Amino acid sequence: MNEIWYAIAAFMLTAYVVLDGYDFGAGALHLFVARTDTQRREVLAAIGPFWDGNEVWLLAAGGALFVGFPRVLASGLSGFYFAIFLVLWSLILRGISLEFRSHVHDTVWRQSWDFFFSLASVLLPVFLGAALGNLLRGVPLNAEGWFELDLFTDFSAREPVGILDWYTVLVGVFALVALTAHGGTFLVWKTGGAVQARSRTAALRLYGVAAALWPIVTIATMRVNAGFLPSLSSRPLAWLPAAAALAGLVVLFRSLRGRGDFAAFLGSCTFLAGLSITAAVCVFPVMLRATGDPSLSLTARNAGGDPAGLKTALGWFVVGLPLVVAYFVLVLRIHRGKAVAAADGEGY
Amino acid sequence: MSDPVVLHRLQFAFTIIYHYLFPVLTMGLAFLIVVMKTLGLRKGGERWNDAARFWIRIFGINFAVGVVTGIPMEFQFGTNWARFSRYSGNVIGHTLGMEGLFAFFLESSFLSLLVWGEKRLSRRGHFLAAIALFLGSWLSGYFITATNAFMQHPVGYAIGPDGMLRLADFWAFLFNGWAIAQYAHNMVSTVVTASFVVAALGAFYLLQGRHREQAALFLRLGVICGLASSVLVAFPTGDRQAKLVALHQPAALAAMEGRFQSGPDAELNIIGQPDVRGRRLDNAIAIPGALSFLAYGHFYSDVRGLDQFPEKDWPDQIALLYYAFHIMAGLGTILAGIMLVAGLLAWTGRLEGNRPMLWILMLSFPFPYIAVIAGWMTAELGRQPWLVYGLLRTADGTSATVHAGTALFTLIGFCGLYLVLGVLYLFLIAREIDHGPAHPSHVAEEVASHE
Repeated sequence: MNEIWYAIAAFMLTAYVVLDGYDFGAGALHLFVARTDTQRREVLAAIGPFWDGNEVWLLAAGGALFVGFPRVLASGLSGFYFAIFLVLWSLILRGISLEFRSHVHDTVWRQSWDFFFSLASVLLPVFLGAALGNLLRGVPLNAEGWFELDLFTDFSAREPVGILDWYTVLVGVFALVALTAHGGTFLVWKTGGAVQARSRTAALRLYGVAAALWPIVTIATMRVNAGFLPSLSSRPLAWLPAAAALAGLVVLFRSLRGRGDFAAFLGSCTFLAGLSITAAVCVFPVMLRATGDPSLSLTARNAGGDPAGLKTALGWFVVGLPLVVAYFVLVLRIHRGKAVAAADGEGY
Repeated sequence: MSDPVVLHRLQFAFTIIYHYLFPVLTMGLAFLIVVMKTLGLRKGGERWNDAARFWIRIFGINFAVGVVTGIPMEFQFGTNWARFSRYSGNVIGHTLGMEGLFAFFLESSFLSLLVWGEKRLSRRGHFLAAIALFLGSWLSGYFITATNAFMQHPVGYAIGPDGMLRLADFWAFLFNGWAIAQYAHNMVSTVVTASFVVAALGAFYLLQGRHREQAALFLRLGVICGLASSVLVAFPTGDRQAKLVALHQPAALAAMEGRFQSGPDAELNIIGQPDVRGRRLDNAIAIPGALSFLAYGHFYSDVRGLDQFPEKDWPDQIALLYYAFHIMAGLGTILAGIMLVAGLLAWTGRLEGNRPMLWILMLSFPFPYIAVIAGWMTAELGRQPWLVYGLLRTADGTSATVHAGTALFTLIGFCGLYLVLGVLYLFLIAREIDHGPAHPSHVAEEVASHE
């Protein structure tokens, strides 16, 4: 049962990265690929109907961790206290920028919200990447299962570790590049004209950088977490998502050049999902890795919720998930086709 | 301010009170929008569709602020109340998880279709989007109320070998009697709030002499729904809630009433200031026997005072709790009175021309908000000193590793951020009110005037 909930939590976080990832990426590109107000409204029209639903995956993943692994949730959120609030405040800033921007027909008003929207969309992937970096590197868990981390120490990735060091910042930059490229492929799919052309160039270049960073990040991960890659050889199950990530990368490069715009976006989704699932399989069962004594790590086996409760939760989860998928399919269908910049008072 | 417990409590109280100002209107307005859209489906109901279109715009802005201020709430269980999350996550994780899966996805998927999708959807499709938002927001209300009800009156749990709570009976937990009573009381209060807001705007436009046709609709809908809901909020829902408090949280009831001494034939204090050190209520004006009747249904019933409970189990903010309860109950009574008079005037067709009553309706819209917040303060302060009633004390639920200085930093951060957010919200709402429901032609004019 604990394994099932580990898989559910990994699935929900992956869905969050892939889905909110594309609207973060679109936001990060916003100022660069869309220059006029009409172009910017085209970008906003593309992500407007989806961003809120995408963000709910984060809350839902939090809910899954709450019920599945309350010790991990409690320890992780309180230990990363400072970083969590930076993420929350950025999410608030980003949400209101999107929702408030087009209510007022004024250049200064709109330009300021465009700026804050982009700023928050750049910061969030860095924070989320750094969070992943922290999970891979480990945190100083004590015997009671709590930890406390400074925002930064000496950036060495050695004890005493901080939330930000060379390794976690590297993962953060990788996340920023990859998610921005991902957002680019989404805009290529959902927009036309100048925005689409600039997004295509941006996606190709940024994915080039991401492809170059991928092996570097993998090697760096080996340095801070020696068990990470060897686990791959003993876990054939991890080869599948890793191979899928590689295939996704190939597909997206081919399709971006060959005008298979939807295929490129799907390739991009596959790449990110593949990376996320590979990481989840490689670290299993560790959820919060201890930098000191490995027996202090919180794992899917020692930090799980009580088995009877998890069974009950699985009951409501399998009822709810098809509903969620149905909503997403329905909304995608209603908003199919290219996004069109809305007139004032009629959309984002 | 050096005690982290105080800071964690202040931060949670501030962020939840501020957040709740938005969903309280969202939930009540979702109900009224469904009513408007239903009337709009009938033949000749186009003016109700116009009314709905206007309120959906208000709803959209309000919802956005509700969403962004809601995101920190779930996370603060973990960041600031980690020991509580670890202790009770096996139980409350269910309702928090279900809220995301069943309510948030429903709301977030259909929000933009309701707000911006009228042209994209058929009449019926847009009506269904309104239903989706109503269902989503009211489901969300249930799951979070059920979570709170577990903290108020824990049922359906067992204590595991590791000392943490675990779920013993899912259905008993989900349909906790306290949750049902609290949910009914709370949801009716959201309709009271939205009705006052809708009626107040109708009164404002009539006093201004603008948008007369729409204003009359707002007024009629607001007064009918406001009258019904402001009666229901007291009886049976509020009454039921008070009897549960009397039964399960007798110390909270004693503190709410400033009742320091026990005894039969308990009086209901209308006015008075609790002197906790002196163990008495100053300047009290009271109705003899009324508290016994309200709590237990008999005028002579014995109602325990705080003297019956060890001081360490007293709510720690007795004076604030007393005032919160009395503000809620007092405002609730006054608001019902306003709606009763307005309802009688509307019945006889004299409301729209009665300027004093329009003034009263226009100025009264902040008071349901105050009553609702005071009501939640009554519930939450009455639960003290417990985080999970009888099981976990508030001081034992905070995060083990978060210092006072860190908590103060984020509290200050929230104050600044939410101040800006509030100013922007009021600015945008004021603009919508200024434009009024004569939609959508004003937009075209505005664009033209800019170019």
